[in-house]
Amino acid sequence: MAVDVRDAGSAPSTPIWLDARYRAIFFQIALLVAVLAFGAYIFHNTYDNLQRRGIASGFAFLGSTAGFDIIMHLIPYQASSSFGQALLVGLLNTMVVAIVGVIGATLLGFTVGVARLSRNWIVARIAAVYIEVIRNIPLLLQIIFWYQLLGKSTPGPRNSISLAGLFFLSNRGLYMPAPVTEDGFWLTVAAFIAAVVGSVVLARWSKKRQEATGQQFPVVLTSLGLILGLPLLGLLVMGVPFHWNYAVLQGFNFEGGMVLIPEFISLTFALVLYTGAFIGENVRAGIMAVSHGQTEAAYAVGLRPGPTLRLVVIPQAMRVIIPPLTSQYLNLTKNSSLATAIAYPDLVAVFAGTVLNQTGQAVECIAITMAVYLTTSLSTSTFMNWFNRKMALTER
Amino acid sequence: MTTAVETGNKADLPPPASTVGVVGWMRENLFSSWRSTVLTLLAVYLLYVAIPPLLQWTVFDAIWTGNEAKDCKLPDGSAKDGACWIFIKAWIGGFMYGLYPYDLRWRVDVAAVLVLLMFAPLAVKRLPFKNIYGVAVILLYPVVAYFMFRGFIDFPLSDPQSTTHPWRVVETSKWGGLALTLLIASVGIIASLPLGILLALGRRSHMPIVSTFSVLFIELWRGVPLITVLFMSSVMLPLFLPEGVNFDKLLRALIGVTLFSSAYMAEVVRGGLQAIPKGQYEAAMALGLNFVRMMALIVMPQALRYVIPSIVNTFIGLFKDTTLVAIIGMFDLLGAIQLGNADPKWLGFGMEGYVFAAALYFVFCFSMSRYSQHLERKLHTGHKKR
Repeated sequence: MAVDVRDAGSAPSTPIWLDARYRAIFFQIALLVAVLAFGAYIFHNTYDNLQRRGIASGFAFLGSTAGFDIIMHLIPYQASSSFGQALLVGLLNTMVVAIVGVIGATLLGFTVGVARLSRNWIVARIAAVYIEVIRNIPLLLQIIFWYQLLGKSTPGPRNSISLAGLFFLSNRGLYMPAPVTEDGFWLTVAAFIAAVVGSVVLARWSKKRQEATGQQFPVVLTSLGLILGLPLLGLLVMGVPFHWNYAVLQGFNFEGGMVLIPEFISLTFALVLYTGAFIGENVRAGIMAVSHGQTEAAYAVGLRPGPTLRLVVIPQAMRVIIPPLTSQYLNLTKNSSLATAIAYPDLVAVFAGTVLNQTGQAVECIAITMAVYLTTSLSTSTFMNWFNRKMALTER
Repeated sequence: MTTAVETGNKADLPPPASTVGVVGWMRENLFSSWRSTVLTLLAVYLLYVAIPPLLQWTVFDAIWTGNEAKDCKLPDGSAKDGACWIFIKAWIGGFMYGLYPYDLRWRVDVAAVLVLLMFAPLAVKRLPFKNIYGVAVILLYPVVAYFMFRGFIDFPLSDPQSTTHPWRVVETSKWGGLALTLLIASVGIIASLPLGILLALGRRSHMPIVSTFSVLFIELWRGVPLITVLFMSSVMLPLFLPEGVNFDKLLRALIGVTLFSSAYMAEVVRGGLQAIPKGQYEAAMALGLNFVRMMALIVMPQALRYVIPSIVNTFIGLFKDTTLVAIIGMFDLLGAIQLGNADPKWLGFGMEGYVFAAALYFVFCFSMSRYSQHLERKLHTGHKKR
């Protein structure tokens, strides 16, 4: 629309340099040449500089021994592992923060978003103050703040705050019992998957039946029963094939169990708090976008406040909420890279930090890191666009 | 004479006492149902748990007078309970100016006063040649500010004037504090605006190569975190340049910030362009304006006006994001705070520094967001559908 290519054929007197069509071709060729020349120039300089510094380019370094430890790894990793494995560890650590953060921020965001619209004055005020304060303070500052506060206010391992002798909070993190699976646990996993699949099928069947006959089926309760009951059955059939590995204080630190390191706790907490405030605003905007007439109409046909919210307001609000929600999820994932400030071993800290410093492979390390984030961002937004279109379809 | 039957209306009875005044308000807003009551009680309990200790720490127990760290400590050397605000008092210069030489800080102050003086006339509604003046100020001020910050006489180290002369050069690595934060944010937003406009136009262009490049550029920067961009600009940019050419660290960070925010700016401008009805383009073309004139005289003024609030919001985001330069070793406000926390004389007062920084950032960002909301309301009237 911006550049309207006029039909030049009907005006034969137009000289070629004033013809919009040829101009467009000329501009594009010029741009292409300029970009390619710029790229070639940069490539040439980089190649020269790397040659001079004696850095071999390429991705062969991913196979060589890393030689450093990472304080949190979800897959087996030690100093003798390769740089490639370090990359994987960092990536998984980023993913864990992103997933936990997204879930937490969504719950918190929807709660504050609704709370800010509450008719209860004090609840609405608290939500508003929370949103305004958190949104206007840089996230990095908040992450560092919570990290410092956690470090300052928790005792050493010997004086750790204990909960029922199972959970221990100290400045080394939160220690808790870890489940250890034994042979035969596969049945529980299989039962869980079967329960989930069964619930989905059930939901579809019940929806179809309701549309055809008007009869309702308690889908939520049945699904809950399936998802909880089937795995439990699987456990019992195989004779409870797992046990807990408890954390025990030995010497100056805990042994065994699972640990949430303080870096993880404070990073996730700060991300949830920060993103939750933004999601809260999106939710509020979404709910306010649904006109009050919709609520009144729902009351007029006899729906009670609960079903009104669930069946009338929220489905319409969701259409407004989903696009900004997507960008908040992406922001959270990208913001998790601030982990590097408190030395939580995420992708950036491990790969664009430690690995880069050890190998000097700046171009490769930065390129891989950026590529990972770019892939995540693009695939998430593709998925959410698809989801958004699906939600929008029900519109007239 | 009195009659048995009263004529006329009697005065209205006052409303029941439970529906007016404080009690009525509370019944309406705090205790309207049992759920509301539970929520209110929970909220009050939450406030009771959170507010008194916070006030205790920040105000009542806080140490306000004194000059040294020992004023904040008990005789046995441990810190007192309250906040040690003397730490902020001692370091305020560092927080504002970073490592900028003590005797030259007036130059930063002058630059700050100049920005107010030079931009103040723009607040006058009917200033003659306002547009020309505005553009001139925007072009001229950065030059002035640059020389105020940097100075212009570069003495060799052997010259005694290299440490005393009022106009000696101050390396950019010495710039810091709130001044650096404001500098990076302003340069980032001003430099990214023209780039963002070009990218937005490119993205909406009908020329396939142009729009592909614009989309790729925008999505690339929007898809990666700023910290990787900053790492890239500090590690990879030197590799991109021919041997011998070297960018200053601050300039590298500025390039990274500008590229990053130009992608966001492009999306903001694109939003504005989408709001301009097609008739405006057609009218401009009917008048015989070429593409550049159509954009410069008809479309852009309307589109940019429409997105001013979004630009302010982008600026707030950028202002908060400047804290990330602390990670690549620069001393912006957050970096200066960390510098102060590492001061051996004041060890153990990190919280105070962070709380102070948070308060400062909050004041800046909150007032800007209020300003943006005000603009939104003000500009909205002009764009209502007729």
